[in-house]
Amino acid sequence: MTATAADTVGITVDGQPIEAMKGELVIAAAERNGIYIPRFCYHSRMKPVGMCRMCIVEIDTGRGPALQPSCMIECTDGMTVSTGSPVTRKAQEGVLEFLLVNHPLDCPVCDKGGECPLQDQTMAYGPGESRFVEEKRHFEKPIPVSDLVLLDRERCILCDRCTRFAKDVAGDPLIHFMDRGSQTEVNTFPEHPFASYFSGNTVQICPVGALTSTPYRFKARPWDLEQVESTCTSCSVGCRVVVQSSRNRLVRYQGVDNDAVNWGWLCDKGRFDFEAVNSEDRLGEPLVRDAALSLKPATWSEALSRTAEAVKEGLDRSGPEGFAVIGGARLTNEECYAWVKLAKGVIGSDHVDAQLGDGLPAEVVLGLPRATIDDACRPGGTVVVMGPDLKEELPVLYLRLRHAVRESGVKVVELASVATSLTDQLAAVSLRYRPGCALPVVRALVGRHDVDDEVGGVAPEALRAAQQVLGDGPVTVVLGRGNLAESARSIGAAAAAIHHSLADVRFLSGLRRANVHGALELGMAPGLLPGRVTLDGGREWFADRWPTLPKARGLDAAGILRAAADGKIDTLVLLGSDPLADFLDRDLARRGLAGARTVVALDQFLTESVKQADVVLPVAGYGEVEGTTTNLEGRVSTLARTVTAPGTAQADWIVAAELADRLGGDLGVGSVADLAAEIEAVAPVFSGLTAEALRSPVGREGVVVGMPSRRSGNGAEESEVAKAAPDEPTVDEAATRGQTAPAVADEAVVAAESNQGTTPELEPTGVLPPTSGVPLPVWTVIDPPSVDAYSLRLVVTRKLYDRGTLVRSSPSLADLAEPAILHLHPQDFDRLGVAAGADVRITSTKGNVTVPTVPDPGVPRSVAHLHANRAGGRANVLIDGNSPVTDVRVERP
Amino acid sequence: MTDVDATTDGGSRELPRIVSSRWDLADGYTLDRYRETGGYRALAKAVTEMTPAQVADQVKGASLLGRGGAGFPAGVKWGFCPPGVFPRYIVVNGDESEPGTYKDRLLMERDPHQLIEGVLIACYAIGASQAFLYVRGEMALAQERLAGALNDAYAAGLVGDHILGTDFSVDIVLHWGAGAYIVGEETALLESLEGNRGMPRLKPPYFPAAKGLYMQPTVVNNVETLSNLPWIVENGGAAFGDLGAESSKGTRLFAVSGHVRNPGVFEVEFGVTTFRDIIFGERYADGIRDGNELKAFIPGGASAAWFFEEHLDLPLEAGAVGAAGSMLGSGAIVVMDETTDVVKAAWRIVRFFAHESCGKCTPCREGTAWLEKVLRRMLDGYGRPADVNKLLDICDNISPSIAWPPKQTTICPLGPSAVAPIASAILRFRDEFAAYCGGAAEVTVPVNGKAYLSTPPTVSAGATP
Repeated sequence: MTATAADTVGITVDGQPIEAMKGELVIAAAERNGIYIPRFCYHSRMKPVGMCRMCIVEIDTGRGPALQPSCMIECTDGMTVSTGSPVTRKAQEGVLEFLLVNHPLDCPVCDKGGECPLQDQTMAYGPGESRFVEEKRHFEKPIPVSDLVLLDRERCILCDRCTRFAKDVAGDPLIHFMDRGSQTEVNTFPEHPFASYFSGNTVQICPVGALTSTPYRFKARPWDLEQVESTCTSCSVGCRVVVQSSRNRLVRYQGVDNDAVNWGWLCDKGRFDFEAVNSEDRLGEPLVRDAALSLKPATWSEALSRTAEAVKEGLDRSGPEGFAVIGGARLTNEECYAWVKLAKGVIGSDHVDAQLGDGLPAEVVLGLPRATIDDACRPGGTVVVMGPDLKEELPVLYLRLRHAVRESGVKVVELASVATSLTDQLAAVSLRYRPGCALPVVRALVGRHDVDDEVGGVAPEALRAAQQVLGDGPVTVVLGRGNLAESARSIGAAAAAIHHSLADVRFLSGLRRANVHGALELGMAPGLLPGRVTLDGGREWFADRWPTLPKARGLDAAGILRAAADGKIDTLVLLGSDPLADFLDRDLARRGLAGARTVVALDQFLTESVKQADVVLPVAGYGEVEGTTTNLEGRVSTLARTVTAPGTAQADWIVAAELADRLGGDLGVGSVADLAAEIEAVAPVFSGLTAEALRSPVGREGVVVGMPSRRSGNGAEESEVAKAAPDEPTVDEAATRGQTAPAVADEAVVAAESNQGTTPELEPTGVLPPTSGVPLPVWTVIDPPSVDAYSLRLVVTRKLYDRGTLVRSSPSLADLAEPAILHLHPQDFDRLGVAAGADVRITSTKGNVTVPTVPDPGVPRSVAHLHANRAGGRANVLIDGNSPVTDVRVERP
Repeated sequence: MTDVDATTDGGSRELPRIVSSRWDLADGYTLDRYRETGGYRALAKAVTEMTPAQVADQVKGASLLGRGGAGFPAGVKWGFCPPGVFPRYIVVNGDESEPGTYKDRLLMERDPHQLIEGVLIACYAIGASQAFLYVRGEMALAQERLAGALNDAYAAGLVGDHILGTDFSVDIVLHWGAGAYIVGEETALLESLEGNRGMPRLKPPYFPAAKGLYMQPTVVNNVETLSNLPWIVENGGAAFGDLGAESSKGTRLFAVSGHVRNPGVFEVEFGVTTFRDIIFGERYADGIRDGNELKAFIPGGASAAWFFEEHLDLPLEAGAVGAAGSMLGSGAIVVMDETTDVVKAAWRIVRFFAHESCGKCTPCREGTAWLEKVLRRMLDGYGRPADVNKLLDICDNISPSIAWPPKQTTICPLGPSAVAPIASAILRFRDEFAAYCGGAAEVTVPVNGKAYLSTPPTVSAGATP
């Protein structure tokens, strides 16, 4: 950021002239210039409270030096600050002595010992010895404030960091100061545990050892830890983390303060699911189904031979179309590329889909103009959330958006069929539309005409209010699947309608799987090739680089499973996917797995679907492979390898390379670096994204690919890739060409006649590399049928803690996943003749489940709200993937 | 009635009793008696004959200083309300908690209507239609009397809609505190009133008048301050200004307690009467009990630096007391005679502050509690010579350089309040500390407060009764 004179003030700190930003706090300005003022309560991502008094320094604003907390005072021109004067030293020493008066000094048995700000600052600024001979205050040793966090009140120095975080940052004000004076303590109210998705952050920001997390407590000492910086892949937000391990086991993740993404915060799922990597249930050796039809351990050689034979047989029988891959969102970018190259470039099948029908068509994700998190959170803007409950699926994005709403005046318009975590306090307007009616509601919203009638269940007043908000500033749409029982097509069409009507609107993908965006960028979807190019658009370019190419567009996950159920798939590869749990139509998933001739699963765990496989190949997990991952913005950041995989588990890309070899082909890569280099060379949007670029000061926080970045000073668009690789101007041209605005079909994107999947042909550029850009598909959107009087319309959403593999395999998190429960509007109970709390049977055309019920005013009438993938009732038993919506009957069992 | 006394200025001239005129009446708190004795005439005059600006001008002209302790002119404070910003509120600070202070309690118990009338006049002057009476939680009788008075006033059309048939409407809400000294600090009081923890607000905003209750313009006035308003409106600001000293107009209530023969609250002419008058005057506290000698006295509440013999002839006036190194504060004079164990006295006061520290900032939370523990240990017979300097050094870490007015490493002045009794006691009565500490200790911690450093007069000046 280039500061102009109007933005800055000149202050003097310890005799050193400093240019401070206007409004900048003294403590921050000093730190930016290398002068560290000790502190406990101050945290750069939270509002200052000036409570600990440790940062007290002598500040002279012309009326003589006076002791002032530097975390509360904004820099003013001509201010003189003395951080080391005798008066300052005496005051700071005094504060430290006070802090230690009631501190138990149990450092030898404290988890914080060795990385404790109190310890460190006592060494640096404190008195040599204690003059306190009286009795210290005592509390019961650690009390659990939540399932994950323990509180040792004796160690607490009452800095208000955890309580402030809970209240101001997370919006979960469940821990408070209680009592007063020297008996003040942090605690929860009875029966109200600190059940926050973000509770682990309080442990990280605690400046003493008062808060400890159950997964890490007494597990390691800081000086025994090895640590590497990496990126969290528990969801697609891509928070930067420090991964800490001890004796080849992961023991802790800590959030890294990354301006662009997570600001140092993590959600508890991301923070604690390292337990899954350490799980005893990890697969450590290949399994092959024997003659008796049971899975038996095998050598890699046997397992790979068996797989290669199956693929070859399939190729002989039905050609490349008999080979299909489902999954890949768990993989690194490099591994995704290896598998795309194997499937599309060596075998020649386009039946590759990283998603399981619960996401959005790749063309929607790649074809709409993308936004970064910062774009969405920019002051004065408007964010339309037409996607998942952010707190449940993309928790740190929720924190960023919450901050933007509360501190930067960003307004949120929420389109959701049931109340979400945004509804109560963050959304300016909530459009509670009838499931299936996203498109008409969006049309009314972005249409430039007055709304006088109800549209899709939304009152005209609400629509008018939302229209008003939409006119206030630049609009970013967070786009995803808010309701898994509502077809993706309906959301895609609605997004296209917004794109068509609002100039300069940008989209931030709300797909949640770890590297789903990287997988799509690298072509893990039918009709695509690496680098955001269509199969046809990139055919010429890739024909020179890959042994072969698919002849025509292939099938998505639903199509693959349908084909498999019809006996048309010879080899089905599950690339870290569990269709039985995650595919929206469980019955189809079951039939597909049964119908494929050979199912090969690459996984870390023996999931329900993996148990159906004929060959199980154990693969490396988080922290066991290096590479890069791509977050929902398209930001590529590094993944570090720090521990070894269990048993003989291999990285997914090695499996691809081995298979290619056994199929008589050659992937042409021998390392992750080779893969990265090849991606950079062949995939247009990755052009210029070298390993050096990712190590550069700018690139370390991740580099957004395929998007024009913020305007640079001279008004010219400068790409993030180019910024990260300043020394390589030659790549700039290619990179810029790679980011040409997507060629979007200008005409109405919703047309009656076209079918899903027909993509208008993109003119080959003739010059290599191809222009990246994915045209939006054109859909037929069927109006949802009206709900009959006896039915309820199904809404299926996800919760952070579900029966997904990561949560289930992390002992600390597993118990946090609640069983399935049906949410109904309180007034629907009488009509249905069921009692709150009682078990009900939910029946759709696809199947039925029996679950208990709970009244929930956040659910509109005639809507049945169920969470996906929970114990006791799987929502994907009910969902009808062929219908735009799913209607259900709810009865006494 | 021992704690109330008619007031004259040494007998030379009759002084009007501005705020305590009904204290002698057994039923002075009733609406009937209040009206019989001239009550609500000022309100009627204000709302029917005067504009709000005229009322405000009268108060400004009276130079009525706030009676809560800080002594800020009430009329000026009202003027800080940003023009045109509504709603604005009047909040009555009835959380009188400073040890030794009990004047507001008597005003609320014995003449609640006078306070209500004052509130209404203030509301009229600043354009507020909502007032809050925040009464200290422990004052059961005051709460009861105020609640009764408020009900009666509502019933009589004196509070509520269309007061006295005019367009002027005010609602008054009575709110009881939950027992926290710090809530006497106005921003902590507002926090408490809003339902939050009673902790002082971080500044800026500096004045509640700009951003106070619910972030609206709010005038927070002390009970005694508002109780003066009916008299000022009726008799005019100039008449009020005729009383008292140049910079301290009117009369003022002082609560005298401790080792005096006649403890009580006395209304005296502000800034003219001396400490000697009020402690030894027959009409007032009537001298030290049992004919004992004066050892020390606290001139303005427990937070104030102690005064001694040589300070007796200072007038009860903020400037003079401040110049001598202490403060007049809330008007609480606590007298200690020669039988007082000053270590115990200091401990008792420090214990109060340690108990009342809100716990927000470190030096106050930990420092006051530590001071209390050290003093307690000394009293228990485990003092050490090093404790004397340790006490002062802890004081120095709470209130750097132990100066007056106090500097602070804390957020609010509560922490430094605990410093005054310790510094006063140690510096004046070092031998008593030596007795508790197993021997004399040289004081090496520098102390700068003027009152702490005052030495006994070599020649007994003036006449001691």
